[in-house]
Amino acid sequence: MSAARAAAGDPAELGRRLRECDRGAAPAALNVIEDRSARGRERTRKLLAEVSPAALGGEAGAHLVGVTGPPGAGKSSLLSALVGRWRELGRTVAVLAVDPTSRRSGGSLLGDRARIEHDPRDDGVLIRSTAAGTRMGGLAPPTREAVQALAPAFDLVVVETVGVGQSETDVEEVTDTVAVVVQPASGDTLQFLKAGIMEVPDVLVVTKADLGEPALRARRDLESALRALGSRDTPVVSVSSVPPPSGIDDLVEALDAHRAAIDLPATRLRARRLTALADFLAERGEAGLRALGGRREAERFLDSLHPALDAAALVGALEERASEEGGG
Amino acid sequence: MRTYAGHSTAKESNELYRRNIEKGQTGLSIAFDLPTQTGYDPDDELARGEVGKVGVSIAHKGDMHTLLDGIPLQEMNTSMTINATAAWLLALYMTVGEENGIDTSVLQGTTQNDIIKEFLSRGTYAFPPGPSMRLIADMIAYTVDEVPKWNPINICSYHLQEAGATPVQEIAYALSTARAVLDQVRERVTEETFPRVFGRISFFVNAGIRFIEEHAKLRAMSQLWRELGRERYGVDDQRYLRFRYGVQVNSLGLTEQQPENNVIRIVLEALAVTLGRNVRARAIQLPAWNEALGLPRPWDQQWSLRIQQILALETDLLEYPDIFEGSKVMDGLAAELMEGARAEMAVVEEHGGAVKAVDYMKTQLVESHRERVARIERGEQKVVGQNVYTTAEPSPLQAGEDGGILTVDPEVERAQVEAVERWRAERDEAAVRAALAELRAAAENESLNVMPATLAAARAGATTGEWAGVLREVFGEYRAPTGVEGAAAIPDDEALHELREKVDRLSEALGRRVKILVGKPGLDGHSNGAEQIAVRARDAGMDVVYEGIRLTPSRIAATAVQEGVHVVGLSILSGSHRELIPEVLRELREAGADVPVVVGGIIPPADAERLMQAGVARVYTPKDFELTRIMGDIVDLVAEHHSAAATA
Ligand code: B12
Ligand SMILES: Nc1nc2c(ncn2[C@@H]2O[C@H](COP(=O)(O)OP(=O)(O)OP(=O)(O)O)[C@@H](O)[C@H]2O)c(=O)[nH]1
Ligand SMILES: [Mg+2]
Repeated sequence: MSAARAAAGDPAELGRRLRECDRGAAPAALNVIEDRSARGRERTRKLLAEVSPAALGGEAGAHLVGVTGPPGAGKSSLLSALVGRWRELGRTVAVLAVDPTSRRSGGSLLGDRARIEHDPRDDGVLIRSTAAGTRMGGLAPPTREAVQALAPAFDLVVVETVGVGQSETDVEEVTDTVAVVVQPASGDTLQFLKAGIMEVPDVLVVTKADLGEPALRARRDLESALRALGSRDTPVVSVSSVPPPSGIDDLVEALDAHRAAIDLPATRLRARRLTALADFLAERGEAGLRALGGRREAERFLDSLHPALDAAALVGALEERASEEGGG
Repeated sequence: MRTYAGHSTAKESNELYRRNIEKGQTGLSIAFDLPTQTGYDPDDELARGEVGKVGVSIAHKGDMHTLLDGIPLQEMNTSMTINATAAWLLALYMTVGEENGIDTSVLQGTTQNDIIKEFLSRGTYAFPPGPSMRLIADMIAYTVDEVPKWNPINICSYHLQEAGATPVQEIAYALSTARAVLDQVRERVTEETFPRVFGRISFFVNAGIRFIEEHAKLRAMSQLWRELGRERYGVDDQRYLRFRYGVQVNSLGLTEQQPENNVIRIVLEALAVTLGRNVRARAIQLPAWNEALGLPRPWDQQWSLRIQQILALETDLLEYPDIFEGSKVMDGLAAELMEGARAEMAVVEEHGGAVKAVDYMKTQLVESHRERVARIERGEQKVVGQNVYTTAEPSPLQAGEDGGILTVDPEVERAQVEAVERWRAERDEAAVRAALAELRAAAENESLNVMPATLAAARAGATTGEWAGVLREVFGEYRAPTGVEGAAAIPDDEALHELREKVDRLSEALGRRVKILVGKPGLDGHSNGAEQIAVRARDAGMDVVYEGIRLTPSRIAATAVQEGVHVVGLSILSGSHRELIPEVLRELREAGADVPVVVGGIIPPADAERLMQAGVARVYTPKDFELTRIMGDIVDLVAEHHSAAATA
């Protein structure tokens, strides 16, 4: 649906439809969420209010999964195989694919989608590509909000992003489970892990198992690095995404196991608060943060608010607070 | 000489062949329609609008019998433009021979069968790279003993230049492909057979308008081929080391504007492959003056044939030994190209050889083409009639009622759909099932050759779609890389700068960045235009969704909705726009997408008008070569649509 048509749709209605698992409302809802104009922000607030934990009567049931890793590691191809498997299991999936933006033109070629095979007639799969925007790294605010909006309507909401710099941390903030994807013979991830530059992910995936020996070696190296770091429990799954795929069931299992083990309400609450902060920061910049008394202070303030508030309401609270502080 | 024009049913093609044979022709050239080339039956959803369009539809051995009825196959040299489904079409051809009582070991001909260039340029692939290469190796290993006079593969550099390759890339990627094929076949044949296999490999090359350099390219290629044979494969028999090639001259540079000028281009390009005897082409195909308008009519083809005949019979071209022997300039040019090609081949090897380097090579091609397009747009590369000397008298060649091109009867598709349904109903179903099960078993077992099972399926009466369907199930499906993501941004100029500001302003008004979907409905593999449009849209500052070629209308509509795009741009060059564009429009409407749709490609003026009436907002053709201007147009269209919707 075009922006114009979606603008005619009532955002609260879209939110209500998502709450009732009407997946047909998702594209129009995303059009609203991606709208960065003041009017768009206002409409997004109305939409998100309808899918807040308060409105839902608890946390959304979806499993929120982040898939990240270096460029070309095989993330989208893996998702192609995973989406197929999840659909066979009867689970509905939304994929939010984030592609890099050209710094020169501000435009983007959104290429992940082309790699994720799916039946266009199957309404149990939604793929939405978004541009990372010109800010380096980091998830664009719409992606964070999109995760929350889609969570009531799909069994899985997956965010694919290029794992360089900030975005890795950002994905970790908004999802329940993060899978870091690496390809054989790419030493960077191993080095980052060892050096503690990168946090230990929930699941590590080594792709291109069909290449044989190099893939096996990569897996062994990662496992020994994890042992050295004391993270014996982090699963390392080896997959091949080219037909015939392999390892996909193991990965599905590893992701499910992680989801079963976490404290869901705490994870989601943290995600909403950090999303609110990121959104506030994107709108108001460092000056806005200073008005709140710095990041630490802002987080403390957020922690004091009611846990059932949605991200948009939290942004509202932050803004109010900032103008109070600024005025006082 | 291309013979696909108009003879879209097996029966009509057969009549044409017979007329030509009566005139003394001993060669058959078979062009298949896109469903046959990609392994779909005429009644498949993906075949819509394409049946019988750019060649003949062959769904089973019955069609092949009709096509070859009354033709003495043992006396023919048959060339088939077929790749992904080559094993199948050869099996059908052999089966017809067999059933007509001919010893199939005497059959002569060529199957194109170069799958790498399908991934890189031509687009009629069916299976992933690995299994596709295995099919080729199986076929080569089978024919070298069973059908020894068959050329099982023709390595194509032609299509690479048509996708934008520079001479160095053309040489390097074709020879890298040859190397990948030979490496694989070496494992499947005995050591003493191998030199013969090497000797059976032939090439299909291109010759562009810079005809001196193009001639040097052929000298370079021929030398590198010998080198490869001797050094890598230890072949030393001179007979086997000869670089054998056929040519089709460049068509990418043929223009829609002042199309009569194309004849002059074609003549010059023909010189590139005929001037020096040492590397003279064995066979030449020339496109027609109306290449960029649509399919050539018999008269247009005849005009091109006359070019060859005049060159051969009136000029003194064929009277001398190699006229460049000892030329420092020519040797220098060839040496330069060889050096470049060796370096580029080394890069391909670093990627693990041609099969693994498909992504890399595709990206390089899109990049080279992007540069070519930009040079023409900026006027740095002169094209007479297009960016210089553009005012012209009206052309009488296009004044006729047909607009100077050939059109295909849309009834062909319906008839062929009914025919295949009848065929399936009347054959021995159990025999077909058994043969397909055997095929599956052979495909699953790497150590078996799929040719015997393929022949058995052909004899039993299986269809093209069934043969390919079984292999798709075993091998998996594949979508080739688009190559667009790696294309560099074009250098800024004033027009682009203004365009970006316009995009930024509109994005601001929309609340989010202008987003465009570039879609390729149907089986059409012509991706150049869509790729360049996608890359330029990005450079103009838009968010661009491009999923590559061969999409169903329903997938395009679903993508448009899911992605929330502001405009849909469709590209069709294969002639199926009349069927497919209205279908995309309908699917979009049904999906509730209220977005403007623009169309580009080979769209004759009368069709353009019809499409606009059906709801298409703009139609672009090859004459619209200024991409920045097209983009500006599209931005205006989105802005109009947006403000109309806002005030409605
Ligand atoms: C290059 C080419 C090829 C290449 C394609 C490489 C590739 N990856 O694209 C190769 C060699 C592989 C090829 C193969 C074939 N080709 Co061809 N090919 C051409 C050729 C010479 C040029 C097309 C081109 O790339 N132009 C350059 C690009 C940049 O221009 P463009 O696509 O026209 O795009 C411009 C505009 O049209 C417009 N535009 C296009 N799309 C879009 C989309 C949007 C959104 C917008 C806004 C604008 C826009 O803007 C662009 C900018 O200028 C044309 C004839 C010609 N001179 O036009 C024949 C032509 C298209 N081919 C033809 C045929 C028959 C074939 C084959 C079937 C031949 C065969 N039997 O094997 C195969 C089929 C392959 C397949 N799978 O479909 C016919 C089609 C006939 C018809 N329509 O009835 C043509 C017209 C030649 C002819 N006269 O016979 N071909
Ligand atoms: N052999 C092999 N190749 C793979 C596999 N998975 C992906 N690839 C190839 O690796 C390349 C990159 O794959 P993508 O899935 O696009 O990787 P990505 O991580 O999503 O890439 P970006 O989104 O661009 O960062 C492509 O050429 C794939 O075909 C695999 O399991 N085996
Ligand atoms: Mg990706």
